[in-house]
Amino acid sequence: MTSTVRVREVTKEYGPVKAVCDASFELGRGELVALIGHNGAGKTTLMKLMLGLIRPTAGWLEVLGDNPAAGQFAGRRHLGYLPENVSFDAALTGRETQTFYARLKREPVATALKLLDAVGLGAAAGRRVATYSKGMRQRLGLAQALIGQPQVLLLDEPTTGLDPELRQTFYDVIQRLAAEGTTVLLSSHALTELEERAGRVIIMNRGVKVADGSIHKLRNIARLPTRIRLKIADLAPGEIPTWLPARAPFRRLNGHVLEIDAAPEQKIELLRCATAAGTSLEDLDVVPPSLDDLYAHFLRQAERLP
Amino acid sequence: MNVAIVAGKEIHQAIRNRWVLAATLLLAALALSLAFLGSAPTGTVGVRALDVVIVSLSSLTIFLIPLIALLISHDAIVGDMERGTMLLLLSYPVGRWQVLLGKFVGHLAVLAFATCLGYGIAAAALIVTGSHIEADSLGAFAAMTGSSVLLGSVFVAIGYLVSALVRDRGTAAGVCIGLWLLLVLIYDMALLGLLAVDQGRSLSAAGLDVLLLLNPTDVYRLFNLTNFANVSTFAGMAGLAQSTTLSAQVLLAALLLWTCVPLGLAAFAFSRSEL
Repeated sequence: MTSTVRVREVTKEYGPVKAVCDASFELGRGELVALIGHNGAGKTTLMKLMLGLIRPTAGWLEVLGDNPAAGQFAGRRHLGYLPENVSFDAALTGRETQTFYARLKREPVATALKLLDAVGLGAAAGRRVATYSKGMRQRLGLAQALIGQPQVLLLDEPTTGLDPELRQTFYDVIQRLAAEGTTVLLSSHALTELEERAGRVIIMNRGVKVADGSIHKLRNIARLPTRIRLKIADLAPGEIPTWLPARAPFRRLNGHVLEIDAAPEQKIELLRCATAAGTSLEDLDVVPPSLDDLYAHFLRQAERLP
Repeated sequence: MNVAIVAGKEIHQAIRNRWVLAATLLLAALALSLAFLGSAPTGTVGVRALDVVIVSLSSLTIFLIPLIALLISHDAIVGDMERGTMLLLLSYPVGRWQVLLGKFVGHLAVLAFATCLGYGIAAAALIVTGSHIEADSLGAFAAMTGSSVLLGSVFVAIGYLVSALVRDRGTAAGVCIGLWLLLVLIYDMALLGLLAVDQGRSLSAAGLDVLLLLNPTDVYRLFNLTNFANVSTFAGMAGLAQSTTLSAQVLLAALLLWTCVPLGLAAFAFSRSEL
């Protein structure tokens, strides 16, 4: 796996504030990476560092063979960026804006203009950007980021302001790009959306990278319990099924539903007991820890450490 | 290439925002009114109508062109940063100096177009209405128009330097108005006061030349009012024209330097700024 983005021990200070502190990671071709963390965790700062918009206080970066801190920009021809709160020159139309950016990337204008149709801006392409709604500006932002089959895509909160239908289209597009070898780094608050799509998750807290890996790997590290919900017929109030292992904490949700927090290694044993002959099990749900749960867990852990 | 693309976009925007139209109309209206009303003191028998226009128009240019240039340029960097458009532009494969130079070319093209067309209309109107115009007057008028564009480029560059150094648009506008007042009004008054107090005791002619070169508007004034014999007679600067040792080449070089140095400094400040 070749790395397109390398970040080594990067620190960025704004006066006394450490926006990013000693962060290191590499992103490879075809990876779809979710960068998560609450506001001020350093997500936007990391992207700006990769673009050379700001220079690191310490450490070293490489993006598509360029050192962005030294002002090198040749590799940016193959890089797409969608900033948070993207804005455009209000006097130009969507089509003119897209044309301008395609020229800067030396990409064929006609192909770039097709992207406007792809994001559903075809009808509004001749209108001035000043008349666009927030969602339409976001669409234009996506269209410009996708110009020329980028090898690295940096997307800062890309789905804010998009309607559900376009969100789906958006994720289809970036998943297709990732499958074709594009490195996609996207920051978002919409964790449930990312859960099924991101191959890898980087969690930031106050500028510090607190977790990095696939969701599966993070689940193993976090050792959060899997919730198993069992619907049991004929369960009298206060009655505990006899087959339930003594250690497993559980709750009664409503009537016949029992929710058990199963530690990772308990899971299979518990299911075996539950589905064994003689139990009056009607239905069963297994809910693994969601990205939300993992995020909360890693943040709590980071807060506990000084 | 990148410079041309950015310049093209700036020109496009200026046309769309009606900057080009407004500047051209303003300059044409002023040049025309000076061409026809301004020649009143010399009467209709005045043989050198265009020379009179050069004197009055260049005096007006000193006030107006720097103002227009600063209006266009003070917003160029800090404004784009505040609006957030600079963030996206700099994520493209384009160097910061290319962005700055592209903007400069675009803004200067707008200013040059407005000046040449506005002043050209006035000269053409004088010719059409049958005023007697000599070839050397026409040459002086062309030199005045050209140096007006150069004066504009000086103040566009100064505007960029301010724009690259300050943190918000309001400050940029304030600093630019202050600079305009200083260079266009206060500097000359202070210089006049100094000369009156000094009475030629310690300030030599060479010292005065240096002081005049330190202000681009004075360089422009000297270039237009002393370098053409007929014009300097009308301007009442014939005396100064004889005493100054500054040739037209030196004055033009000074204006070029006044463009390149602020532009270079602006490029340096912009390359260091973080956004």
